[in-house]
Amino acid sequence: MEAATTAARPEAAERSRARTKKAKGGPSTPWWMWVAVAAIVIFCLFPFYWLINISLKTGADLQSSDIIPPHPTLANYKAIFENPDFTKALRNSAVVALTTTVLALVVGSFCAYALARLKLRGKFWILALVLTISTFPAITVAAALFKLWSDIGLFNTWSGLIIPYLTFALPLGIYILVSFFREIPRDLEEAALVDGATHFQAFRKVVVPLAAPGLATAGILTFIGAWNEFLLAVTLTSTSKARTVPAAIAFFTGATEHEIPYGSISAASVVISIPLILLVLFFQKRIVAGLTAGAVKG
Amino acid sequence: MEAASIRAPAPAKQRSKGIPERRLAKLMVAPSLILIALVAAWPIIYALWLSLHEYSVRVAGLSRWAGPVGLRNYSNALSDPDWWAAFTHTIIFTVASVSLELVIGLGMALAMHAAFRGQGLLRTVVLVPWAVLTVVTAIMWQTIFVSPYGIVNTILGTDTVWLGSSPQALIVIIIADVWKTAPFMALLILAGLQVIPGEVYEAAKVDGASTWQRFARITLPLLMPAILVALIFRTLDALRLFDLPYVLTGGQVGTSTLSTIAQEQFATNRIYGLGSAMSVLTFIIVMAVSFAYIRFVGGNIRGLAEE
Repeated sequence: MEAATTAARPEAAERSRARTKKAKGGPSTPWWMWVAVAAIVIFCLFPFYWLINISLKTGADLQSSDIIPPHPTLANYKAIFENPDFTKALRNSAVVALTTTVLALVVGSFCAYALARLKLRGKFWILALVLTISTFPAITVAAALFKLWSDIGLFNTWSGLIIPYLTFALPLGIYILVSFFREIPRDLEEAALVDGATHFQAFRKVVVPLAAPGLATAGILTFIGAWNEFLLAVTLTSTSKARTVPAAIAFFTGATEHEIPYGSISAASVVISIPLILLVLFFQKRIVAGLTAGAVKG
Repeated sequence: MEAASIRAPAPAKQRSKGIPERRLAKLMVAPSLILIALVAAWPIIYALWLSLHEYSVRVAGLSRWAGPVGLRNYSNALSDPDWWAAFTHTIIFTVASVSLELVIGLGMALAMHAAFRGQGLLRTVVLVPWAVLTVVTAIMWQTIFVSPYGIVNTILGTDTVWLGSSPQALIVIIIADVWKTAPFMALLILAGLQVIPGEVYEAAKVDGASTWQRFARITLPLLMPAILVALIFRTLDALRLFDLPYVLTGGQVGTSTLSTIAQEQFATNRIYGLGSAMSVLTFIIVMAVSFAYIRFVGGNIRGLAEE
């Protein structure tokens, strides 16, 4: 328990002290355990609740800091869906994130299969290169891509975002898929090969269907990454033609000029978080497995 | 490709037809490698080239080209107090946020590990901050800290302009980052906790080890590899900080970072040479830290194994 007191901030120390006690308390002190669980739930959910709270307020209510909106209204939500900048950004985000996900799964699974199963020289170096890419700061490629995309007409286009997103999605995707492909019993492929299938057919008809959970994990993480990306989105786009939601929201000025935009900005923030929160609710186990596999082995 | 060919009788040759294995492997790896070369390797080389030239577009459509300037962009960046300010903010942010995330994440992981009932619920709840977009995280903390919408000044009874004053703005950014990523840290550490066999604790208990001794002598050392991996990931991420200051303060009031200052130079001011030089400096710092960490972690794990 003394470990917790090393925390610089009293608030954090108190919180983790409560939890550490819980950890050691065992079933004899269930009271403490529930305090810790409640603390974690409040820590994780209260800020998001506050955003929802703000999004349901308009006019004078916004000026108050009431914990429960006194006159809850969906006016902000109605307003953002009538704002073309927001609806176009939603469309851009959906196209960019989904295209990135599909392409990353195809390209990534090819690479992962070759690394997991086929005879190939330099596998170690390929994997090392792929993993190195994942630590590259986006800012370093942003300068060159900004200049190049401006020169060749890819600036402010969907493709201009999909191409770099795809590249940055590949490392984690390849890593997850290699570990899934390795777990598939070789016998099944061997059987297909003996039956006269080519390696590529064995991959497509035997390995890919069996690795569906791995593909789902890699796909979800890729989608979340592309949906969330910000630095390249603000650097490589300039108008609602290609601007994705994170970038659009940063430049959001509200539905009308008179209204203070926090209400509609909050509503837009809640709307774009919903797809990701749903993914988390449905695929929690898969996401945790993918994250920890990528991190622990990476 | 056709489904029929799988069923086709192919008795004589044991090995299948089609493209030879090694060639197929190369073909399957090629798209990924081409993309990586195109979008990761080449832009870095191009950024290096740009950083060694003076190249800027001050007026739209008019490019001004002044040829190679050697390392002048780098010496300009390194003698620019703004760059050093951004460097300092980035380091303060990295150290503060990563260490807070570690302490809170460790606490959360220990609690989740102990809470048998409700662990599924907790895992889902803990993923919410991770799933919330970074930009939304920024807006969320803005609505919490900015008066009159926010609740912070109401609770504290103050009227601080959190995002307009110098140390406060950076503190808000640190809090926002800790909220978003401490749960992720907790999940990584929890994964490490779950592979520690329960018998180890039973044995220690029998030998009369106190709760603290069990934590300090068993849990912590066995968790070290998981913690170090989590630290690497978080440190590399923190050094690239961009989204939170961009949205919360626009990189003003003492919150500029290595990424925001470089982005401002090439994207806003269109000074490619200096902007690229700053980008390359960020790259060098991030790579140096990742190599240092890999060496350190490698040595540490080896040390643990030999004990």
